[in-house]
Amino acid sequence: MTEANDSRELIAFRIGSQEFCVDIMSVREIRGWTPATPLPRSPGYMKGVINLRGTVLPIIDLGARFGLETSEPTARHVIMVAHIGGRMVGLLVDAVSDILQMSDAAVQPTPDVASDRVKTFVKGIFSIDGRMISLIDLEHILPQVEAEAA
Amino acid sequence: MDAFEAIKATFFQECDELLADLEQKLMLLEQGQTDLETINAVFRAVHSVKGGAGAFGLEDLVRFAHVFETLMDELRAGRKPCDPVTIKTLLRASDVLADHIQAAQGLAPAVDEARSAGLVAELEMLTHGGEAPVVVEAEEDDFGFTPMAFDMPLELPDISAAVEPASGWRIVFRPHGRMYASANETGLLLRELARLGPTTVALDEGGVPMLESLNVEDGCLTWTVELSAAVDEAAVREVFDFVEADCDLTITPLDAAGLARVFEDEPPAVLPASDDLDIAALLAKATAVAEPVPALQPITPQPVAPEPAPVVSAPPQSVAPAPAAAPAAPAPVTIRVDLDRVDRLINVVGELVIQQAMLSQRVLESGLARSSGIALGMEDLELLTREIQDSVMAIRAQPVKSVFQRMPRLVREVADMVSKQVRLVTAGEDTEVDKTVVERLAEPITHMLRNAIDHGLETPEERLAAGKPAEGVVRLAALHRSGRIVIEISDDGRGINRERVRKIAVDKGLIAADAVLTDEQTDNLIFLPGFSTAAVVSDISGRGVGMDVVKRSIQALGGRISISSVPGKGSTFTLSLPLTLAVLDGMVVTAAEQTLITPLPTIVESLTPQAADLHHVGGVDPVIRFRDRFLPLIDVALTLGFRDTPMSPTDGVAVVVETEGGQQAALLFEAIQGQRQVVIKSLETNYQPVEGVAAATILGDGRVALILDVDVLVTDMRRKSLRPDFKLAS
Repeated sequence: MTEANDSRELIAFRIGSQEFCVDIMSVREIRGWTPATPLPRSPGYMKGVINLRGTVLPIIDLGARFGLETSEPTARHVIMVAHIGGRMVGLLVDAVSDILQMSDAAVQPTPDVASDRVKTFVKGIFSIDGRMISLIDLEHILPQVEAEAA
Repeated sequence: MDAFEAIKATFFQECDELLADLEQKLMLLEQGQTDLETINAVFRAVHSVKGGAGAFGLEDLVRFAHVFETLMDELRAGRKPCDPVTIKTLLRASDVLADHIQAAQGLAPAVDEARSAGLVAELEMLTHGGEAPVVVEAEEDDFGFTPMAFDMPLELPDISAAVEPASGWRIVFRPHGRMYASANETGLLLRELARLGPTTVALDEGGVPMLESLNVEDGCLTWTVELSAAVDEAAVREVFDFVEADCDLTITPLDAAGLARVFEDEPPAVLPASDDLDIAALLAKATAVAEPVPALQPITPQPVAPEPAPVVSAPPQSVAPAPAAAPAAPAPVTIRVDLDRVDRLINVVGELVIQQAMLSQRVLESGLARSSGIALGMEDLELLTREIQDSVMAIRAQPVKSVFQRMPRLVREVADMVSKQVRLVTAGEDTEVDKTVVERLAEPITHMLRNAIDHGLETPEERLAAGKPAEGVVRLAALHRSGRIVIEISDDGRGINRERVRKIAVDKGLIAADAVLTDEQTDNLIFLPGFSTAAVVSDISGRGVGMDVVKRSIQALGGRISISSVPGKGSTFTLSLPLTLAVLDGMVVTAAEQTLITPLPTIVESLTPQAADLHHVGGVDPVIRFRDRFLPLIDVALTLGFRDTPMSPTDGVAVVVETEGGQQAALLFEAIQGQRQVVIKSLETNYQPVEGVAAATILGDGRVALILDVDVLVTDMRRKSLRPDFKLAS
């Protein structure tokens, strides 16, 4: 996992008590939660679709996707609109907390304590001011959505 | 893409149009319309391809087009008869021409040399006719084509050599404005002539009117070129090949004395006719003069100057003003626009429509009086938005002609391959439909035409035995029907052999051996994945992908496919597709608090279920009595999983729908909200297909609503009820 530029910006967000982050370049915008139209026969973490200025945007409850405890979304919840593999996807999270500057060298391998499902999506972890932040690999979120829902 | 490549791309675009035109005109010829105009049109199409190809140095293409064109020239001069044999050859030649263009474009591998050479030989044989054919025909059967291709051109000069070539030519050349408009340059033509031998060029600018009456776009200059070389007249004519129609051209042979006569006839303002004046040097000089900057000041009151060519007052070497005088191209009737731009516009307009609807709703909610200025303004805005949307959609509407035109070639080739005689009849080519639909029609139509010829039609012997003409007819028709486009592909062949279809389906485990199926259901078995009736897997169809692929690609377009077949009489496949993939008329309904859209074309009627009309088949599956028929009653919210428990039918509304296959069913909703036109948004763009949902749309309140896939909902229910004996292999 080396990149030409070994320092990059990450956007950190919270689900429940856990903190995660993704590459800021894959996030297009951040907006408040609006009620989604549910899709029939879709997996539980698919909250449905919303209208993003004329685009039908599927919303994935990231917490549910990771197998974490989640609650009904409220107006305080946040949707991160991300670009994943040519598609636009909304990721429902509790809150966006920070923008971090991080070098790849600071990434530690995922310890063996996280749930299996979390490990599927976590590329590695950071430590910042004593907080633990998991780096999420978004590429893994969508293809598996398809596989599981098909 | 550099400029040259861009021009080349345009050339190939034009080639596509020219080929389409060529094909169409050839079809007319085939139908017996062998008038001069049609033949001329074919000639022009081939000629233009050749011209463009020459400019890009596409040697193979030029060579083939040239032979083609030569024959057309003979036909148009009436020197050769335009008989069916010739037309058949021309049709095949047009196929090869298309191959050459494809190859030149790099879209296809190199052209089948043997085929091309064979056709060249055939074309040349037809061109020269007369003495050769008898010999050639004998060879023809022995694959004697390839050598012929090289023999014939050699023969050509021999024949013409019989004509005594003149010792020189006098060419009087007066270009029309049109010639310059199509970007031809006199200078280049003169240079071409100079290549044939020593030339003397004289310019007559006597035709140039006074400045006030001068139209700069007219050609007013006349050149007299004296070419002292014993070349063929054809060679001289060839120089003017592409401009012949746009100029006055007289070519007269020069005898020895002719030289002197030319000079006598010459108008006063002439080029110094010194023989040692090299035309190339002269051109170079003239071009330098024509260069705008240095040439600006020589404009004098002398009233002979064509405006953009400030050259005339310069010394007599004014050979080259003409190129500079080339006027702007005439105003085009059509423009080429990158499809992406149109799509972007359509997307934005789609959003505008939604935004406008949202705004209207907000205004309404704000409690403003309907007569208030804002509310009235909103109404106007709505009208305008509609109009913009309609106009934008119209940009994309295209006649299905572009697809239909590709089919005659396919039919010819497939018919040849399976040795059947087929006539393709097309109708309704001008039916317009959204470009995306047009583009995606080609594949299923191709597939079904192949099937119709390969499986549908019998061999000529079988047909004769059945008392039918040896030539089978395949009909391809397009028409508008209730807001959809319908494509019908019918053949007059043997029809579907239901017993065989059933047997294959049983053998392949697609249905149970004791399944009771109606004729219609049996016919529809051929759409099941993995079904292929061809006893022998042929080259043309039956490659393991069959009608199920066609069905899926049609369904992906929001279309349906159905069959009707009469044994011994033939089969008809009917495709029904939406006119556009962008908007849809729908009924807005509520199910389990969700707003859903039912496509209006599928709806037959809506009704409030009465307890007396409700029954349960076998105590389980609910049905509703509708005009003395019992229709399955589908609780949509339950089927889609929005609700776990069935609702009481008497609390809701039943909407009777009909699928493309003609099955009826009643969909149960909680309420009907109304009817509206919705913009279709694909779920697949950012997500994936969802069973039972055709697409999504955005409502006036900004929320996403799902558009139901009625066929899937209905057949889903049927599948359940048929499950014991109707197993779908998927």
